[in-house]
Amino acid sequence: MSTNTAYYIPHKAVWPVLATGGLMIMLAGFANYLNGSSIGSGMMLTGFSVFILMLGAWFSLQATESESGMYNHGVGISYRMGMMWFIFSEVMFFAVFFGALWYARNISIPALGEIELTGPGRSTHNTLWPAFEAIWPTNGPGNVGGHFEPMGAFGLPLLNTLLLLTSGVTCTWAHHGLLAKNREQLIKGLAATVALGFIFVACQALEYHEAYSEMGLTLGSGIYGSTFFMLTGFHGFHVCVGAIILSVVLFRSWKGHFSPENHFAFEAAAWYWHFVDVVWLGLFIFVYLL
Amino acid sequence: MKKTKQLLACLVLMTLGLGTAHADYTLNLMRGVTQLSNEVYDLHMLILWICVFIGIAVFGTMFYSIFHHRKSKGHKAAQFHENTTVEIIWTIIPTLILVAMAIPATKAVIDLDKVQDSDMTIKVTGKQWYWDYEYLDSGLHFESHLDLASEKAHRVSSIDPRSVPNYLLNVDKPLVVPVKTKIRFLFTAADVIHSWWVPDLGWKKDANPGFVNDAWTSVDKPGVYRGQCTELCGRDHGFMPIVVIAMEKEQYDAWVKAELEKQNALPDLSKQTRASLLLKGESVYLTNCVACHQIDGKGISGWYPGLSGSAKVTGDIHQLIGFVQAGTSKMPAFKKLPADQLAALMTYIRNAPELGNKVGDELQACHALSLDELEDIFPDIDNAPELCKENGEVKLDKVVAEKN
Amino acid sequence: MTAVVAEHDDHHDHHDHGPEKGILRWIITTNHKDIGTMYLVFALIMFFVGGTMALIIRSELFEPGLQFVDPQFFNSMTTMHALVMVFGAVMPAFVGLANWMIPMMIGAPDMALPRMNNMSFWMLVAGVLLLAATLFMEGGAPAGGWTLYPPLVLQTGKALPFAIFSVHMLGISSIMGAINVIATIFNMRAPGMTLMKMPLFVWTWLITAFLLIAIMPVFAGAVTMLLTDRFFDTSFFNAAGGGDPVLYQHIFWFFGHPEVYVMILPTFGVASTIIPVFARKPLFGYASMVYATAAIAFLSFIVWAHHMFTVGLPIAGELYFMYATMLIAIPTGVKVFNWTATMWKGEMTFETPMLFSIAFVVLFTMGGFTGLMMSVAPADFQYHDTYFIVAHFHYTLVPASVFILMASGYYWLPKWTGNMYDERIGRLHFWLSAISVNILFFPQHFLGLAGMPRRIPDYAIQFADWNMVSSIGAFIYGFSQLLFVYIVIDTIRGGTGKATAEVWEDASKHGLEWTVPSPAPYHTFTTPPEIIPTEHV
Ligand code: HEA
Ligand code: HEA
Ligand code: HEC
Ligand code: CUA
Ligand SMILES: [Cu+2]
Repeated sequence: MSTNTAYYIPHKAVWPVLATGGLMIMLAGFANYLNGSSIGSGMMLTGFSVFILMLGAWFSLQATESESGMYNHGVGISYRMGMMWFIFSEVMFFAVFFGALWYARNISIPALGEIELTGPGRSTHNTLWPAFEAIWPTNGPGNVGGHFEPMGAFGLPLLNTLLLLTSGVTCTWAHHGLLAKNREQLIKGLAATVALGFIFVACQALEYHEAYSEMGLTLGSGIYGSTFFMLTGFHGFHVCVGAIILSVVLFRSWKGHFSPENHFAFEAAAWYWHFVDVVWLGLFIFVYLL
Repeated sequence: MKKTKQLLACLVLMTLGLGTAHADYTLNLMRGVTQLSNEVYDLHMLILWICVFIGIAVFGTMFYSIFHHRKSKGHKAAQFHENTTVEIIWTIIPTLILVAMAIPATKAVIDLDKVQDSDMTIKVTGKQWYWDYEYLDSGLHFESHLDLASEKAHRVSSIDPRSVPNYLLNVDKPLVVPVKTKIRFLFTAADVIHSWWVPDLGWKKDANPGFVNDAWTSVDKPGVYRGQCTELCGRDHGFMPIVVIAMEKEQYDAWVKAELEKQNALPDLSKQTRASLLLKGESVYLTNCVACHQIDGKGISGWYPGLSGSAKVTGDIHQLIGFVQAGTSKMPAFKKLPADQLAALMTYIRNAPELGNKVGDELQACHALSLDELEDIFPDIDNAPELCKENGEVKLDKVVAEKN
Repeated sequence: MTAVVAEHDDHHDHHDHGPEKGILRWIITTNHKDIGTMYLVFALIMFFVGGTMALIIRSELFEPGLQFVDPQFFNSMTTMHALVMVFGAVMPAFVGLANWMIPMMIGAPDMALPRMNNMSFWMLVAGVLLLAATLFMEGGAPAGGWTLYPPLVLQTGKALPFAIFSVHMLGISSIMGAINVIATIFNMRAPGMTLMKMPLFVWTWLITAFLLIAIMPVFAGAVTMLLTDRFFDTSFFNAAGGGDPVLYQHIFWFFGHPEVYVMILPTFGVASTIIPVFARKPLFGYASMVYATAAIAFLSFIVWAHHMFTVGLPIAGELYFMYATMLIAIPTGVKVFNWTATMWKGEMTFETPMLFSIAFVVLFTMGGFTGLMMSVAPADFQYHDTYFIVAHFHYTLVPASVFILMASGYYWLPKWTGNMYDERIGRLHFWLSAISVNILFFPQHFLGLAGMPRRIPDYAIQFADWNMVSSIGAFIYGFSQLLFVYIVIDTIRGGTGKATAEVWEDASKHGLEWTVPSPAPYHTFTTPPEIIPTEHV
C-alpha cells in the first residue's frame, strides 16, 4: 500500500525517550528490590507500566502510519534490516548461555572431577575435590542445592517440541494466507500459533513446578540447575514475548491491517517466532537430550 | 650449633636482600634467576628489537616525507594510490617476521608447561590479603603477610614510606626454597582470584578459587626474590607481597627442620606482662585483623564494623573468643590462632588506646585455652606450667579475665 | 539500495525545515545532526568526568604512601574511570560522528531509523546515570576493575545490580545504534554510491556495527550471570557448584577484545579520511584498507584468550591464541604502511587535524608494538597485569582513539558550526597534548617492566620516580584538554570567521559533506546528490 515514493522521516519522537525513562525506572526499581529496599517493587511496577504504555503508543503510531501508506519500500527494508540484526543480537545472547553449558560440561566439570586429566586443571581434582566424580548432570563437588533429579527429555519437553514445531507450521500457513489475500486463513493461522505458544508456556510452567516441588531441581542446583533454568527460562520468556507480539499482529489482522505488499509487522513477528523455535530445538538437543 | 649457624646465614641473606632492593632500579625486564626467566627475557629482547627496527623504518620513512613532501617546500603531490607489488611485499615481510618470532615463543610455551617430574611441591593459596604456603612433602604450613613495618607505614600517614626498608615488598614469613631443585607450585585461592608473581622466576600464575593451577621453577642462585599479587583481589590487593628466599640445599633442609620444630612446638604458655601482651597483641592484630577493622579500629562504613567501642569487643570475653574463632559468613574464622596469640590479641583489642578501647583487663595464654585444648596438650596436667595448672584445676572455667 | 528521497513529516508546514524551538528540540529530536551533536557533547562531558577520575588515580600515585583516597575508593576510581571512558566517552563520541557524518557522506537524508536513533541516545544517558549513581551508594561504586571479574565483583555492595543494569542499557543503546548504522549504510546510499566508493569512515563504521551487534549481547549475558550468581543462587562462576570463574573471563573477553577494536576501527576510518586531504593525494590502497579492516574485525573474534594467558589455559590454547593474536599485526601493518604511503610524495600541510592524525599513526603504532609483545604468551607471563599493559592500551586509546576524536573535532567543526576554529590555539592544544601524553604514558612501560602491578593505590619505593613523572604528564595532558573545550565554544560563537563550504583546500574531492554549505543545513540531501564519478579518494 506504499503510495509514497519518498523515504518517510519522522521529525520528532515523544515515545522513545519516555519508554527509556520507564525502562530505567524499572531497572533501578529491580536493583533496589534486589538490595532489599522497600521502594523497589513499586518502582519496578511503575517503570514497567510506563515502559509498556509507551511502547504500545509507539507501536500503534507506527501501525497507523504504516496503514496510512506513509512508508515506502525503502522504509520497509530498513525495518526488516533492523529486525534481522536484532534477532542476530538475540542469537548471540543465547549463544552465551549455550557456551556456558558447553564449557561446564567439557571444561570445568572434567577439571573438577577427573583423575586422568593432563591439562592445566590436572591437579584440581586430587588436591581439592578428591571425592567428586565428573558425571553430567551434576550440581558440582559442593553438592550445591542438595539432591536433585535431572529433567528427562521425553515427557513434557518432547510435547513442547511438537507444540513449537506445529506453531512454526501454522505461522507459515498464516503467512501464505496473507500473501493469498485469504484473511480467514491468516487469522486462523495466527490464532493457532498464539494458542500453541501459550500452551507451550503453560506446559513449561508445569514442568518447572514439577522440578521445584518434586524433583528438587532448582535454579540453585549447581551448574546443571543454573544452565537448565537460565536457558529454558530465557527461552520461555522469549516465547511469551513472541506470543504477545503475535497477538498484536493477530489483533491488527482482525482489524484489517496488512496487505501482501505491506506487512512488516507480521513478518517481523514471524521471524521472531521462527527464531524462538530454532532456539528451542537447540535447547531440546543440548539441554534435554545430550 | 650447626643450626644456629645456618639460621644466621639466613639472616645475613635477608639483610642482603633488604640492601639490594633499593638498587633494583630498572627500566627493563630483569633477566631473573631461572632457566625460564632467561628464556622469557631473551624472547622479550628479541621482540623488542624487532619492534624498534620496524619502528625506525616506518617512522623514518614517514618523517622523511613529512619533512620533504610538504607544500611549504613546494613539493607537488603525486597522484598514485595503488601498487599491488608493494602491498604484497609489506604483507609478506611482516608474516615472515612473525613466524621468526613464533618459533622461540613456542619453545618457551612448551618449557613453561613442563611441570612434571618435580623434586618437591608447594601449594600456594591466595587469600584476602595474604598468601598461605603448604609444603606438601614436609608438611610445613604457614601464612605470609605483609610485614608489620609496611603495614603500619601505609596505614599511618605520618610514617614516611621511604624510611621503611622494602616498603610493601616485605613479608613476615618468606617462602624459602632450595636452589637447583625443580619445584612444582600448585596455586589456588580461598576467596577471589589472586595471581602469584615473582619477576625473577620468569612467570606469574593465577590462583583461582576452586581450581588448581600449576607451574614450576628451579632457582639457579641463592638470593631474595620479591614479587606481588597481580590480580585485583579487593581493597588490599596492593598489600599482599611475595618474598622467596632461595638457599643452598643443606641450609634449606636445616631451615625446614627448624620450622617444623617451631610449628609443632607448644604455644608459649608462660605468664606475660601486660606490656608484652599488648605489644604482641598489636602485631597479631596487624597481621590478621587490620585489613578489615583498620588500624584505628574504626572499620569501614558499609563494609566492616568498627571494633572501637563495640559492645561485642568490650563485653563478655567468652563470647568474644567464640565469635572470633567461629567467624561469620562475612568474617573469616580464626580457629587456628594459638593460645598465646589469641590471649595477646584479646588483651589488645579490649585495651589498646589505638583502638580506643579500655576494658582494663588482660588475658594470659593459659586462660585462653579451653579445657579440651588443655587436655590435648597436657594429657598429664602435672606437666603444664604453673599458671595453667592452677587454671586447669578450676576446670570448668574456660577463661579468666584478670581485672587490673 | 533505494534512491532515497526524503519526506519529512513537517513538509506540510510552511516554515522551513528548521528545528523545533527550545529544549524540547533536543529531547524529542530525530534529526541525525541533533542527535549527533548530543552524542558528541555528552561524550566530551564524560571524557572530563572519566579524566577527572584518572587524575584522582594519578594524584594518589604521585608519591608512594596513601595520601588522598582509601584503597577501596581507588579501585572504584580505576573501575569507573575505565567504564566511563569506554562506554561514556569514546564509544558515544564515535556514534556521534557516525550520526553526523554517515548520512552526509553517503548522500542520505537522515539515519534509516530516526526514532530508534533518539532512543539509543537516551538509553546511553540512562545507562550512564545508573552507573554514576553507584558512586553514591553504600559500599561504594564497583571496584573490581572494568572487567568485573567474579568472585571479586560479587563482593560489591549495593552498587552491583545497578552497574549490571547499566551495562544492559548501554548494550541496548549500542545495539540499536549499530543496527541503525547498518540499515543506513545498506539502505540509504545515494544512487551511484557503491560500497567501494564509500569513504573509509563509513566502511569502518559498518564493520564496527557488526562487531557491536555480535558482542554487546555477550557482555549482557555475562553480567546477567553475575546477577543470578549473586542474587538467585546460580553457580556459573562457583567451583563448588560445578562452575568456573574462568568461564566469566572467556565470555568477558569474547566481548572485550572486539570491544577495543570497536574503539579503534572508526579511528582508523577517520585517519584514512583526514590524511589524504592534507597530503592532497588519494588514499593509498583503498581496497586493501577495506579488506584489512574486515580482517582485523574477523580476527578480533578469535583471539580473546590473549588476555588470559596466565589463568591456566591448556598448552594448545596458549599456542593457538598466541599465533592468532600475532596475525593481527599483518592487516594492521597494512594500514600503517598505507597511511605512510599516502603521505609519501604528497603535498602536505599541517593544520591541526593533520597534526593529530600524524601523531595518531606514530603513537598508535607504538601501542600496537607493545600489543604484539604481549601477544607472545611466554613474555606475557611477565607483562600481564603490570603497568606495561596500562601503557599499551593507553597508547592505543588516548593518543590513538582520543587524538583522532580531537582531529575529527577540528576537521568537521567548521562544517558543523559554519565557523573556523582558531588554528593557533588548535596547534597549541596539539603540541601540549602530544608531548604530555608521552610524559604521561611512556614511563609506564618502564614501571611495568620493572615489576609494578596495575590496580594498586600504593607502590614500592623503586617505582616512585617514574610514577611522579607520569602523574605530572597526566596533569599537563588533562588540563590541556580544556583548550579543546575553549575552542569548541569559541568556534560555535563565531571562531575566527565564516567557513567556506569546502573548508579545506580541494576537500570536495574527498567527501560529499564538503559539497553542502557550512554550517550544514538542518536537512541535507532530501533529494540524493549526484555522486562524483572519480576514483576513490
Ligand atoms: C583500541 C584499543 C586497542 C588496540 C587497537 C589494541 C591492539 C592490540 N592489542 Fe591490546 N589491549 C587493549 C586495547 C587495545 N589493544 C586494552 C584496553 C587492553 C587491556 C584490557 C585490560 O586488561 O583491562 C589490551 C590488552 C592486550 C593484551 C593482554 C595483555 C594482558 O593483559 O596480559 C594483549 C595480548 O596479546 C593485547 C594485544 C594486542 C595486539 C596484538 C594488538 C594489535 O591489534 C596491534 C597491531 C598493531 C601493530 C603490531 C603495529 C603496526 C604494525 C606494523 C607496523 C606492521 C609490522 C609489525 C610487525 C610484524 C611486528 N592487548
Ligand atoms: C578510552 C579509554 C581511556 C581513556 C581515554 C583513558 C585516559 C586516561 N587514563 Fe585510563 N584506563 C582505561 C581507559 C582509558 N583511560 C582502562 C580501560 C583502564 C583499565 C581499568 C582497569 O584496570 O579496570 C584504565 C586505567 C588507567 C590507569 C591504571 C589504574 C590502575 O591500574 O589502578 C591509569 C593510571 O595512570 C589511567 C590513567 C589515565 C589518564 C591519566 C588518562 C588521560 O588521558 C585522561 C585525561 C584527563 C582529562 C581529560 C581530565 C581533564 C580534567 C580536568 C582538566 C579537570 C577539569 C574538571 C572539570 C572541567 C569538571 N588509566
Ligand atoms: C576479611 C575481613 C575481616 C577480618 C580479617 C576480620 N574481621 Fe572481624 N568482622 C568482619 C566483618 C565483615 C564483621 C561483621 C560480621 C557480620 O556481620 O557477619 C566483623 C565483625 C567483628 C566483630 C564484631 C563487631 C561488632 O561490633 O559486631 C569482632 C569483635 C571482630 N570482627 C573481631 C575481629 C578480629 C579480632 C579479627 C582478627 C583476628 C577480625 N575481626 C578479622 C570482617 C573481618
Ligand atoms: Cu591478591 Cu591481588
Ligand atoms: Cu585483546
